[in-house]
Amino acid sequence: MVTLGIFSAFTPQNVLYLLGGLGITVGVSVISVILSLIFGSIVGIIQFERLPYFSTFVGTINNIIRNLPLLLIIFFVYFALPKIGIHLPIFWATVIAMSTFESAMLAEIVRGGLESVDNGQFEGARANGLSNMQTMVYIVLPQAYKKMIPPIISQLISLVKDTSLALGIVLSEMTYRGQIVYAQNSTYIVPVLIAITLVYFLLNYGLSLLAKWADHKLA
Amino acid sequence: MALLQNNFPTFLQGFGYTLLSSIIALIGSMILGTGFAIMQIVPQKWAQVIGNVYVQVFRNIPLLIITFFFFLVVSKYVKMSGFTSGTVALMLYTSAFIAETVRAGILAVDGGQMEGARANGLSFGQAMQYIILPQAFRIALPSLGNQFINLVKNSSILAFVGGLDLMYQGNMVAANTFDTFSTYIIVAIFYLILTLPLSYYIQHLERKLKRAL
Repeated sequence: MVTLGIFSAFTPQNVLYLLGGLGITVGVSVISVILSLIFGSIVGIIQFERLPYFSTFVGTINNIIRNLPLLLIIFFVYFALPKIGIHLPIFWATVIAMSTFESAMLAEIVRGGLESVDNGQFEGARANGLSNMQTMVYIVLPQAYKKMIPPIISQLISLVKDTSLALGIVLSEMTYRGQIVYAQNSTYIVPVLIAITLVYFLLNYGLSLLAKWADHKLA
Repeated sequence: MALLQNNFPTFLQGFGYTLLSSIIALIGSMILGTGFAIMQIVPQKWAQVIGNVYVQVFRNIPLLIITFFFFLVVSKYVKMSGFTSGTVALMLYTSAFIAETVRAGILAVDGGQMEGARANGLSFGQAMQYIILPQAFRIALPSLGNQFINLVKNSSILAFVGGLDLMYQGNMVAANTFDTFSTYIIVAIFYLILTLPLSYYIQHLERKLKRAL
């Protein structure tokens, strides 16, 4: 009976439902990664450039966001922003909350990466007649990104894991759908939790192998 | 402001539970994490495998799933509250990250230190305890601090299992007063009281360490 219980949780209908949740998990992750790479790079460069006042201001905001729980930011975007007239659907509220948080994390990585590039690279590029902007885009950033790839991938792993927090605002992602499935029958709890764990693990372990490979290849 | 005044005891209680959970989880995960870091480094193959599997598993699955596992499954056999299951999950999850940090710290200690200690007649355990680990912790201190910040932030997971922490109390106040905006700002300030000074201190430590190298 017990073994029967374990497998009876995975009816075709339930499996498809969970896979749909995985689709939403991956969708949120991919969109957030792209947005946070763009904004994280911009914020990181602003902090690195040490513009008077502006960099300090951006840096302070960045520090504040980085030091808040992501869950709080998700709740804030979904429950508090409507108070000031910004209404977002659950999916986009999650994406915006995650992108904001991850941009702040990535900005730190970008800043660290830029600082690790040798000063002579700037000087050489400038001496060869490249503008400040050109130096950044063609010389410094490509070198910095090489060093940043492993930490960026580990940040990506936490992003995938953190999508499960959107359960708090009832985004229909994989963890939430798992709850719906095991709400049908309490014997489903263990098998469904194990299945979800396995999917997250495979997804993230694959990413961490990629990080290791990139580290090896670029070092 | 009136919101803060009226609900101050609630916020303070939540702050206390968040702090309590963080400290328990920190102590537990430091011990566990150091243990698993050493397991990954000792010559015995079986210990390396166990250490590796533990770290990889807990690093790659969401904290929320671990929490649900304790709250829904383990609590059927061992009685535990939402606070306990959340804190235990937090401890196991963070210990995997601490194991990675400590391991990196140990590997960063010069190999000659171990050889010198062993040549002077210390056992592997003694060399670890008196020579390697103190140096490794110093190197790993900034990253350990970052893990502690993550731990404080991650303790908000307790809100999912009725853990009475700051996030949970914040949700309660928001639901009672309907003033979600001010409530979440206040909750944010309480979290920042814990994390922001720590974060600036770590940045200071990192700069100091960079200059020393």
